[in-house]
Amino acid sequence: MTTHIFKPDMPAPKTSVGALGWMRAHLFSSWLNTLLTLFAVYLIFLVVPPLLHWAILDANWVGTTRADCTKEGACWVFIQQRFGQFMYGYYPPVLRWRVDLTVWLAVIGVAPLFIKRFPRKAIYGLCFLVIYPILAYTLLHGGMLGLDVVPTSQWGGLMLTLVIATVGIAGALPLGILLALGRRSKMPAIRVVCVTFIEFWRGVPLITVLFMSSVMLPLFLPEGMSFDKLLRALIGVIMFQSAYVAEVVRGGLQAIPKGQYEAAAAMGLGYWRSMGLVILPQALKLVIPGIVNTFIALFKDTSLVIIIGLFDLLNSVKQAAADPAWLGMATEGYVFAALVFWIFCFGMSRYSMHLERKLDTGHKR
Amino acid sequence: MQNQIGAPKQRLSLGDPRVRAWLFQIITIVAVVSLGWYLFNNTQTNLQHRGITSGFGFLERSAGFGIAQHLISYTESDSYARVFVIGLLNTLLVTFIGVILATILGFIVGVARLSSNWIISKLATVYVEVFRNIPPLLQILFWYFAVFLTMPGPRNSHNFGDTFFVSNRGLNMPAALVADGFWPFLASIVVAIVAIVLLNRWATKRFEETGVPFHKFWASLALFILIPALCCLMFGVPVHWEAPKLQGFNFIGGWVLIPELLALTLALTVYTAAFIAEIVRSGIKSVSHGQTEAAHSLGLRNGPTLRKVIIPQALRVIIPPLTSQYLNLAKNSSLAAGIGYPEMVSLFAGTVLNQTGQAIEVIAITMSVYLAISISISLLMNWYNKRIALIER
Amino acid sequence: MKMLKTTLAVVTAAAVLGVSGFAQAGATLDAVTKKGFVQCGVSDGLPGFSVPDSTGKIVGIDADVCRAVAAAVFGDATKVKFSQLNAKERFTALQSGEVDVLSRNTTWTSSRDSGMGLVFAGVTYYDGIGFLVNNKLGVKSAKELDGATICIQAGTTTELNVSDYFRGNGLKYTPITFDTSDESAKSLESGRCDVLTSDKSQLYAQRSKLASPNDYVVLPETISKEPLGPVVRKGDEEWFTIVKWTLFAMLNAEEMGVTSKNVEEQAKSTKNPDVARLLGTDGEYGKDLKLRKDWAVQIVKQVGNYGEIFEKNLGKSTPLAIDRGQNALWNNGGLQYAPPVR
Repeated sequence: MTTHIFKPDMPAPKTSVGALGWMRAHLFSSWLNTLLTLFAVYLIFLVVPPLLHWAILDANWVGTTRADCTKEGACWVFIQQRFGQFMYGYYPPVLRWRVDLTVWLAVIGVAPLFIKRFPRKAIYGLCFLVIYPILAYTLLHGGMLGLDVVPTSQWGGLMLTLVIATVGIAGALPLGILLALGRRSKMPAIRVVCVTFIEFWRGVPLITVLFMSSVMLPLFLPEGMSFDKLLRALIGVIMFQSAYVAEVVRGGLQAIPKGQYEAAAAMGLGYWRSMGLVILPQALKLVIPGIVNTFIALFKDTSLVIIIGLFDLLNSVKQAAADPAWLGMATEGYVFAALVFWIFCFGMSRYSMHLERKLDTGHKR
Repeated sequence: MQNQIGAPKQRLSLGDPRVRAWLFQIITIVAVVSLGWYLFNNTQTNLQHRGITSGFGFLERSAGFGIAQHLISYTESDSYARVFVIGLLNTLLVTFIGVILATILGFIVGVARLSSNWIISKLATVYVEVFRNIPPLLQILFWYFAVFLTMPGPRNSHNFGDTFFVSNRGLNMPAALVADGFWPFLASIVVAIVAIVLLNRWATKRFEETGVPFHKFWASLALFILIPALCCLMFGVPVHWEAPKLQGFNFIGGWVLIPELLALTLALTVYTAAFIAEIVRSGIKSVSHGQTEAAHSLGLRNGPTLRKVIIPQALRVIIPPLTSQYLNLAKNSSLAAGIGYPEMVSLFAGTVLNQTGQAIEVIAITMSVYLAISISISLLMNWYNKRIALIER
Repeated sequence: MKMLKTTLAVVTAAAVLGVSGFAQAGATLDAVTKKGFVQCGVSDGLPGFSVPDSTGKIVGIDADVCRAVAAAVFGDATKVKFSQLNAKERFTALQSGEVDVLSRNTTWTSSRDSGMGLVFAGVTYYDGIGFLVNNKLGVKSAKELDGATICIQAGTTTELNVSDYFRGNGLKYTPITFDTSDESAKSLESGRCDVLTSDKSQLYAQRSKLASPNDYVVLPETISKEPLGPVVRKGDEEWFTIVKWTLFAMLNAEEMGVTSKNVEEQAKSTKNPDVARLLGTDGEYGKDLKLRKDWAVQIVKQVGNYGEIFEKNLGKSTPLAIDRGQNALWNNGGLQYAPPVR
């Protein structure tokens, strides 16, 4: 009996494995691809080396004044010298520990929510949401517990950017959820009011909203009643943002199968209880990534407060670049601000994608 | 017991959901109306008490200030209403150019991200991740202050064949001035378009009846070139070009794209294109791979597969989010206030508001313009969306 | 029936809320006394007029006017809070009551005095529009600026006056408008515009902020009248009078030779009846203004007389080094003139 012995497999042709094969498949698979690859390499060659030289190799890293920037590249000394202003604005230097403490409290406070086995997360989260803002306000603004008052006109830099973004989203969430529920309500009057509100704010640019809140809001209110400039901007941001949150939440509500609504009704739950206990917990879970994306958009939009003269990160950079002692540092300043914004936004968008994968419960139909 | 045929006579009580619904709605309406009334009343009192002029009469008054860029003729003695129109046109101009360029760039980058070419797809990814995570205002400021304003002055501008000049005053280029052959030329283009449409109809009909293909594209192109060219030979050139010349402080003659416009358009294009690229990518990915394989097995090559099979299906997924990107671009054009490009917000809600002091009227007009733009773009896109959706069988 | 009820409810609610909308307008002085400080609107950074120094304290002649008002009202020049406003925000900030007095190099014009619900309390600085150009252009006079690109701050009278001047002289120009003076200055430096135009006092300030100030010259022409002064809301005569007379007190003090150094001594021992009336040694003029008796003493002691604050903020000892010129007292060939206290 003859046994058939298979010959061992021939090794794949050299041209299709290893580095060479990879390159063939991914870079030079056709003449068009080869051309594109060459073009791309040329592009990289054009951009990267000068950028590298400017930003790192030929950059100035040490010194205290503009005169120390003798090399051709970027003058990062400027960023080092003005770092405090970029982070805290005109917040008094001796009191800046209060800002740091606020940030640390937020980090420590939020951390348990990311621990899988932490008991009673929901209750803890709610408590945190109630207590933290009071604590943060007390720390940042002062005036209580023997802390000196730091008026909001002295707030600035990244700190102000974060304040506007977080307060904006925190205020917009509940309002947005209510609006989304209202938009899907069976009561025509409520629906019309909500739709009008949402479409109005979504139709106008944030800049005009900020203009309105800074210029017109005071005229709307009774005489003598005047708000802080930051508060007025925050009101505008919350109104604007709530419309976007509402649309995201509406998407979540629509994704919940009708059976859930019917089941809740069949159990005899009224509107609020069926929403609160059955629908919203599922819908909100679905829309968390969407809300994070809205937050990213808001975070980028905070830079618009420059128009109404608040000193956020971007405006602090602009202000510092106008200083006669540091003339011509605009590029370094903008690059720095861009980097900070980019780190935050990119980080959050990665987190949102991670959540999307984690929370995907297969509800989509 | 007999069945009651009529519904039991209900007494109005709070337990009845319908009554509650009515009550709830009435409360809402009352609250909204009284809030509106309250604000209106406050405003009225404030205006009266402080003697601030109100009403739209100011639109008739002469503006008295100059404007850097106006698409229609303007002098300082023109009215505020005309200033408004100029601001609106400038907004529309940026939006129009931005939408076109961002769509082109976005499609290229989106397709590039899916390319089998590793380096190209990585480059596209880097592009998207970098530009969509930086605030648009920052990008505008960067392009303006760090790029365009650092260009050389008009006297040492980058010169491209004595016709195009790039300096910190913008891009100067030859202006097209109407010559003798202009109107015949315009007419010949219309004729060419009509001829192309007729030809295409005929070719499609013949293809459907006999199956004989026809080189529609090349024939159309030939028509489009030949007819106007003939016309030029007969009636003379349609336009003559006026090149910009350096004189005094600046270039005289020709057309100029001011750096504010360039920076704004560039920044918005680059920013929006990053989002469009993502939309295009996910749109194309949403078309199942089976479609590609089916098209290949029918003998279609890569190009026609993409054009005739993938893109038409992907478009249905792409259009709705694309619309909101266009809307965002229109709204983001208001960021021009940061660099002094004279569009709606910086010109009308800025300068005019300040010269007249009539904040409420000016802001109300500005907001309604944006609302109108938003609503019309979404209506247009809904219409288009419906049209493509109908193709589905 | 339901309709009727609804309508009734709406009308009632509206009426209730509406009435509360007509909240009695409290006089500014009462409001200021109650909150314990004067809220003062200043510029977003203009050397010599109002600019934050290295510690964040606002310094400049406009800021000092506010301090003088605080000194008059409270006897304490530190009881003042500043709001930095850009040109676009300033009037609404005042109209809406966000600030009590706007002292922000603002030009007094008829339309601002009438249609905007504002009223100017006087003139702190007589100014006029000028042009700042690069030496390299070789321009000697504003008449040679035909075809120039001009940087202007948005929302100012400068926009209108420049347009008038160029139209009047048959010249062409391209305006580039920015929200802040820093942006305009940056654009001049980069060559985006040939000329920076603004009030002359500001041009000197701007020039001092440029990288190489000596490359730029201010052209000799002054093309407009720009009287700058503090503004208050219309309809509150009492507060208007206080701000107006604060300014006059500083001018009168300079005229009479009363300075921050000698004011207390003068108040005690003066023989001059004019000085005695101003400083409250004689008569009850402060009381008529609803102020304290020694209001003028406090102003001069804590802030200074007009000449002192001019020298301190704009004069020869400062980088701006502006001449008194039109801003000298009337008896020194200038325009500054205050009515007598009597």
